[in-house]
Amino acid sequence: MNPKTPSKLEQILASGQLAVTSECGPPRGSNGDAIKKKAEIIKNHVDAINITDNQTSVTRLCSLAAVIRLKLMGLEPILQMVTRDRNRIALQSDILGAASFDIHNILCLSGDHQQFGDNPKAQNVFDIDSMQLIQMVRLMRDEKKFLGGDDLERAPEMFVGAACNPFADPFEIRARRLAKKVAAGVEFIQTQCIYNLDKFELWMKQVRDMGIHEKVYILAGVTPLKSAGMAKYMKNRVPGMDVPDEVVKRMSGVSKDDQPEEGIKICVESIQRLKEIEGIRGFHIMAIEWEERVPEIVEKAGLFPRPAVASEPFSL
Amino acid sequence: MIVAERKPLEEIIGFIKDYKKILLVGCNECVTVCYAGGKKEVAILASALKMAFLKEEKELEVKEVTLERQCDQEYLEEIRSIVDQYEAIVSMACGVGVQFMAEKYQTMPVYPALNTLFMGGAEEMGVWAERCQGCGQCVLGQTAGICPITRCAKRLLNGPCGGSTKGHCEINKDVPCAWQLIIDRLKALGKLDDYDNLMPIKDWSAERSGGPRKIVREDLRQ
Ligand code: SF4
Repeated sequence: MNPKTPSKLEQILASGQLAVTSECGPPRGSNGDAIKKKAEIIKNHVDAINITDNQTSVTRLCSLAAVIRLKLMGLEPILQMVTRDRNRIALQSDILGAASFDIHNILCLSGDHQQFGDNPKAQNVFDIDSMQLIQMVRLMRDEKKFLGGDDLERAPEMFVGAACNPFADPFEIRARRLAKKVAAGVEFIQTQCIYNLDKFELWMKQVRDMGIHEKVYILAGVTPLKSAGMAKYMKNRVPGMDVPDEVVKRMSGVSKDDQPEEGIKICVESIQRLKEIEGIRGFHIMAIEWEERVPEIVEKAGLFPRPAVASEPFSL
Repeated sequence: MIVAERKPLEEIIGFIKDYKKILLVGCNECVTVCYAGGKKEVAILASALKMAFLKEEKELEVKEVTLERQCDQEYLEEIRSIVDQYEAIVSMACGVGVQFMAEKYQTMPVYPALNTLFMGGAEEMGVWAERCQGCGQCVLGQTAGICPITRCAKRLLNGPCGGSTKGHCEINKDVPCAWQLIIDRLKALGKLDDYDNLMPIKDWSAERSGGPRKIVREDLRQ
């Protein structure tokens, strides 16, 4: 696939090399340096950095401001956007805002329900869903049009991504649902954290049988476990998360002090196994508030050094 | 039907604490069927209010009436001759009935005794659930007769989201995942291929977003 945008992530994927992305959650306050600090830790070990958009519906500094900070550091941000909080007017407006700073990657999500966050009494918007957001960004980029039909000046040049959870139910339509996102125009996918590799392989087989892996770059999502407690929490409390008993057992089987190391080990082993799966084009490492361990995961997984593709320079 | 439930007694007392004579009006339609504001509930609320007043050593005269429908001009007329004898009306109808009442009797204070919740039906005795949000452009023809706008907590037209687990919604294990239901039914109908169609961005102008809605049927107008 030839790159259609100046996105560094897209260049790397199009060149056939495995891509590595990671993510940073913005702070719960206006300290912009917090985001910089997190990015500094991982910047040499990843190709692009997602900035989450009020993840789990907890109010934080906005993803748009945070990606601009990364851009000004010369890094390659991926703007996460959920449709929970903004209608089509605000979404288009924020996309243009991001494009004005040459943000070249966007991840289109619907977002967690607000009841999980700090404002469960809020209205939700959901004017459009994640698939329709994908369509909207493609319309703005490829047709240079607003959703309302008017022409827009200086179209956003964004590589369009989305998430995908192979572990949610009903399993039988999960590959078809990805096909729908591809039909909507998605170009790369970051999956939900993978702990159940057998099930993931099954899903990838369905994806390959449908030929979808030829049409979209799939980055396998991994999250290192910090503790047995975290494994149990993910297993029992996070909707759509599939943590097999063996993983919980393995984490519980070592002393509390050794659990972080065990978590990293499991993560690295997962990446090694995922590398063997046809159709996996890279990795998305979500180290939740544990950015400092990302470089070592990347190195141990044999994904370092990263390809020398520079981000498009940008200055104010 | 429209499903409602009674407000807490204290809230209703708060509305009427300064009155001595009130007209308590029930409705014989939906709110009777969902046991919220019919004749029986009017009687129960009347005695509860009177008792609460007595406890405070106050007196309250409550006239109990239940109309056929409060969302209908014609039935609202039935109380015209007695309205003046009371200081306030407490309506046990849905929000529509309360407002029609207030519009009809301009100089009378009208208070709601119910919280109006949704359009739905009884899934079993004592259990009511929402089915329609009146979006003005029904998509049930494309979704196997199950409404994603109402029954998906994120009203996703191209669901299910990544939180669907063992048939239930990410917000609560007691809420069925609308998209699981849709897929199950599409399968039962032999129409699972319909799932592959992308649902277009919805026109919400026919919904609440477009402002208060109205239908004018010239053929029926007098
Ligand atoms: S699609 Fe609209 S009209 Fe049809 S059931 Fe759902 S909310 Fe009601």
